[in-house]
Amino acid sequence: MNLKLRVWRQAGIDAPGRLVDYRVEGVTEDMSFLETLDLLNESLIMSDDPDGPISFDHDCREGICGQCGVMIDGIAHGPQRATTTCQLHMRHYRDGDTILVEPWRSAAFPVVRDLVVDRGAFDRIIASGGYISVATGSAPEANLTPVPRPVSDESFTAAACIGCGACVAACPNGAAQLFTAAKLTHLNVLPQGQPERYERTRAMVDAMEAEGFGNCTNHGECEAVCPKEIPLGTIAKLNRDYIRASLRAPAKT
Amino acid sequence: MAVQAPPKAERRVAPWPVSFYGTDVGKKVVMALTGLIGFGYVLAHMLGNLKIYLGESSLNHYGEWLREIGVPALPRGGFLWIGRAVLVVALILHVHAAWSLARTSRAARPSDYTKQDYVVANFASRTMRWGGVIVLLFIVYHLLDLTGGQANPDFVRGDVYGNVVASFERWPVAIFYIVANLALGLHLYHGLWSLFQSLGWSHNRFDPMRRSFAGVFAFVVTAGNISFPLAVMTGIVG
Ligand code: SF4
Ligand code: FES
Repeated sequence: MNLKLRVWRQAGIDAPGRLVDYRVEGVTEDMSFLETLDLLNESLIMSDDPDGPISFDHDCREGICGQCGVMIDGIAHGPQRATTTCQLHMRHYRDGDTILVEPWRSAAFPVVRDLVVDRGAFDRIIASGGYISVATGSAPEANLTPVPRPVSDESFTAAACIGCGACVAACPNGAAQLFTAAKLTHLNVLPQGQPERYERTRAMVDAMEAEGFGNCTNHGECEAVCPKEIPLGTIAKLNRDYIRASLRAPAKT
Repeated sequence: MAVQAPPKAERRVAPWPVSFYGTDVGKKVVMALTGLIGFGYVLAHMLGNLKIYLGESSLNHYGEWLREIGVPALPRGGFLWIGRAVLVVALILHVHAAWSLARTSRAARPSDYTKQDYVVANFASRTMRWGGVIVLLFIVYHLLDLTGGQANPDFVRGDVYGNVVASFERWPVAIFYIVANLALGLHLYHGLWSLFQSLGWSHNRFDPMRRSFAGVFAFVVTAGNISFPLAVMTGIVG
């Protein structure tokens, strides 16, 4: 099939951007969205187009690395729920369709080039507390710390977050609550996460606010576009732990 | 932990309530708590006003009784004034937090998409801010109309029933009341279930019920409130 792609082009971080229309021919329905962009890029390289090929982030192409998110026709990661851009297939489109592709837009995620944004803000939130401090050495005996099944499920649901940033991109407030809540809950509900639970919560939420994200007003757009279906209730857990953390005296350092 | 404290942590020298309010999550908590106060109030206000259907003396007695609560421990009207003070403080905090959070959120999304399709955000969630402004303006008018009487030419202090009837007999006023209460209903619906989130009340088992809970209470309050102008306009009360 032949498609029209309308893609955001921006030469650099401070350069003005604009939408440019392209025709892509010979798309098949079992191509992925990224493969369609590859196809377009091949022709852009051959045709010595002044803007050159379109830059976009990608790595695993199997829905686990969180690199590839773009806004497709106004929905983060495109029309299929619980699906990353790389896992979106062209069978959702018909010959002659026009598809609008834009980068994530958030003050905390500056556009670096075309569809590529800098999600370093997420890395800094993780660095502020998204880990547990343990002495490294030989692996402990696996059954030493029993974890009830519902707790491990809760942790695992949150741990599925791939840091793609769709939640921020889709949020009318540009809030990063879902991401931060997922990263917190993943550790905060497990026994291994308890010693640093409240310090972690305080550090990560403060880091989030310092990065210039907005504030959750419970629209639920994040949950709806999240490729890993992190539940909105995870944000309540962030709030609960932050309230508790703020009631405790900060640990002496 | 070995990691550097983020810059915001420096603010924590302020006493706890102030520093907590200084954070965005803290402001959300304050919005939830003050919203809860407001909700409790509008519910009680609506229920009390149902006495209008029991007749003039019933409603006016109820108004009188509100002044007598707590007497002699409190002076006459003391309870009412304490209640008013709590409500005013709650309202100011609610509006200030909303304003400040909205400002941060606006700054967090400086440029808009050419196109954005909302997947689940609904009318209630998307009108919280402007709906809130309508409700705020309505509160001011409502106080001038039925509490102070400045906006009601036929106002007689103490004659609650007569004042309500006189007010709603002016149809533009009645329509304004209805519209404002619909806005209040939407605001209550989204606010009521959101406060569970802000206060950290979430459990897989009751999460799906939060919206129904909010829907039922928002509906009850709105239906009750809207019935008053309708009753006057249709002559059921008057
Ligand atoms: S919470 Fe979901 S949408 Fe947000 S970064 Fe994680 S995986 Fe992506
Ligand atoms: S490329 Fe890794 S998730 Fe899409």
